[in-house]
Amino acid sequence: MDGHNVREYRKNELAKKIGYVSQRAVMFSGDIRSNVNFGDNGADDNTIERAIEIAQSSSFVDKEKGGIDGAVAQNGANFSGGQKQRLSIVRAIARGAEIYIFDDTFSALDYKTDKQLRQALKTEMKDATCLIVAQRIGTIMDADLILVLENGRVTGQGTHKELLATCAAYQEIARSQLSEEELQ
Amino acid sequence: MSRPGPGMGGPKTVASGGAKNFKKAIGALVSYCRKYAVLIAVALVFAAVSAVFSVIGPDYISQLTETITNGVSPMGINIDMQRITGIAMTLIAIYAVSMLLGYLQSLIMTHVSCNVGKKMRSDITGKINRIPLKYFDSHNYGDTLSRITNDVDTISQSLNMSVGTLVSSAATLVGCVVMMFVTEWRMAFTAIFSSLIGLMAMALIMGRSQRHFVARQNSLAEVNSHVEEYYAGQNIVRAYNSEEKGLEAFRAANERLRRHTFQAEFLSGLMMPIMSFVGNFGYVAVCIVGAALAFNGTIKFFVVVAFMIYIRLFTSPLGQIGQGLSSIQSAAAASERVTEFLEEEELSDENGKTAQLKDVKGDVVFDHISFGYSPDKLIIHDFSAAVKAGQKVAIVGPTGAGKTTIVNLLMRFYELNRGGIFVDGTSLADITRENVHNIFGMVLQDTWLFEGTIRDNLTYGKNVSDQKLMDICNECGLRHFIGTLPSGLDTVLNDTVSISAGQKQLLTIARAMVEDAPILILDEATSSVDTRTELKIQKAMDALTQGRTSFVIAHRLSTIRDADRIIYMQDGDIKETGTHDELMAKKGKYAELYNSQFTVAS
Repeated sequence: MDGHNVREYRKNELAKKIGYVSQRAVMFSGDIRSNVNFGDNGADDNTIERAIEIAQSSSFVDKEKGGIDGAVAQNGANFSGGQKQRLSIVRAIARGAEIYIFDDTFSALDYKTDKQLRQALKTEMKDATCLIVAQRIGTIMDADLILVLENGRVTGQGTHKELLATCAAYQEIARSQLSEEELQ
Repeated sequence: MSRPGPGMGGPKTVASGGAKNFKKAIGALVSYCRKYAVLIAVALVFAAVSAVFSVIGPDYISQLTETITNGVSPMGINIDMQRITGIAMTLIAIYAVSMLLGYLQSLIMTHVSCNVGKKMRSDITGKINRIPLKYFDSHNYGDTLSRITNDVDTISQSLNMSVGTLVSSAATLVGCVVMMFVTEWRMAFTAIFSSLIGLMAMALIMGRSQRHFVARQNSLAEVNSHVEEYYAGQNIVRAYNSEEKGLEAFRAANERLRRHTFQAEFLSGLMMPIMSFVGNFGYVAVCIVGAALAFNGTIKFFVVVAFMIYIRLFTSPLGQIGQGLSSIQSAAAASERVTEFLEEEELSDENGKTAQLKDVKGDVVFDHISFGYSPDKLIIHDFSAAVKAGQKVAIVGPTGAGKTTIVNLLMRFYELNRGGIFVDGTSLADITRENVHNIFGMVLQDTWLFEGTIRDNLTYGKNVSDQKLMDICNECGLRHFIGTLPSGLDTVLNDTVSISAGQKQLLTIARAMVEDAPILILDEATSSVDTRTELKIQKAMDALTQGRTSFVIAHRLSTIRDADRIIYMQDGDIKETGTHDELMAKKGKYAELYNSQFTVAS
């Protein structure tokens, strides 16, 4: 990372550079603010509002009593799966990190929200590196670089177009999800 | 969708006392015990008699002492041994009977409390089957679970321990007071007053320590939930450098727990020494007053001996009564939680329904249905659709559109507010829920397997030949998986057998195939399986839906494209309906949703 082996970094320093969103959204009892400003996150209200905006969460956060001071139950039980996932994205964005990791984060979102969110990420945070783990081709087809993993090995890398032409595994995935005309 | 309100944290357990409606809670307890009224009465009589017997003991001891003192005189020793033997034998008999009755009493009460506990548990479990699913929208499972385990345990324990103890202690106490006054009133007053001081001290301590016990339970819960939360979210805790913050919060909670535990234990630890001090203080008071009176010649020496025993008998039930009462208090609190659950509104009784739906073709009509999980907030406004037998219907739409709700209504997990759902012309409301559930087969996103053999998981006790089972497994692409298992179909699924998410999904598809219901409801999983498994699932799903009416909450585009009909839902209403091509041509909401998959974010 930036020319250094990640193992040379001190763990805390490495974590500071990364905004991580796990596959399973993790929420802690408290309020929305305390969940966004978790750990060494220390965003002010404006930054939080902007992150909420980017993560397509204004629609439900605004309805919450107290807005960003709205209560969060244990395990975020008072939010739906898609809402929790978006809130955990808010947490990562509010970190203002250099690198973002989205581990299969968009699966609980419907296609449209998924698309809007990715669009917002792209325009609002163009300087940051984004690492997206995904099952849906649609989520990653516009990526600058796509890595195809099979049994722990990289079996293809390139853009969507390149992989469609060269990588058998990628073709197989794409064919199962897209129709012929969409593959063009 | 439904959302439980905030503050529905972990399961609530009854720590101590504080029933909101003490009388009603006790009333419920009493009605549970009514069946055992005779047994309980016998037990109580035994307890009382046993106590009385132990109380009259000292009287015989004083007679014994009297006989011995009378026999000892300056002229020499001349003790009436025959009389002594007689008294001693009576004493032994009295104590033996007292012990026997005491034992029988506790045996009976154990029997009663175990049975009451069992009855309560089976009532709650039976109730769970009759309660509308709506209940669990606003109550969490842990809380209900806790009512079956913790609350019922609290009740049966305190029934067992405290009822007998309370009665025998009360009997001992009353017996003691009576016996003391009969023997010597001045000495009786001495004994009672000297114990009273200790009694007040004890009441003071108990009142205070109760508060700390409650505080201790609360901080224990706090520590538990902190640990649970931080363990479950370890990856996020590390990724956001929250280890120190978490430790700080934990240390604070841990320290509170230490302090409250210490305070509670410190105060309640005082109880025993104080009790023994009260006992000894009364002992000394009785001895001094007794000695003075005996010196005066007002009373005889043997009276003092009797009182030395009375004072011991008198002080011990005081403490037991205190403990018994507080245990009854927590039983009342627990009983309140149990009855609260048992009194929840039940599903309507369906014994009167005679209509039966058999040999279903599979025409389904939704006729102007409307529904809301809570009466003031409608989810489905006015939903109408007619589906022909054998059609595959895909339900799509953004999250929160009401897709899952339609499934819940089809299965009659919830009752409609207005309108009706008809299968082959018969309203689902006119047939029993059981009949409804037979008509519909379900494959859900949350796969559910229980600990048992693969065969049991697939057949649910239905009699299916091995050949047919293997055919179905073959069709679902499970043949290879089952072949790798040590005992094939009879392999027990538990923690030691590792099953992937995809295999679980395939197993539930196979289960639906075994069930062979005429209409299917499929909630497709969104992700988490690799492409090859995904294709397998796809194939199995296709085989399953062949020739059956099926409703699919669709995520896979291939499923949507192949559907005979697509229903696009938004905010509880059908916004668009038609085939894939029709809807794409319309360039409406569906086309937008569909295309959003492929447009490159720019």
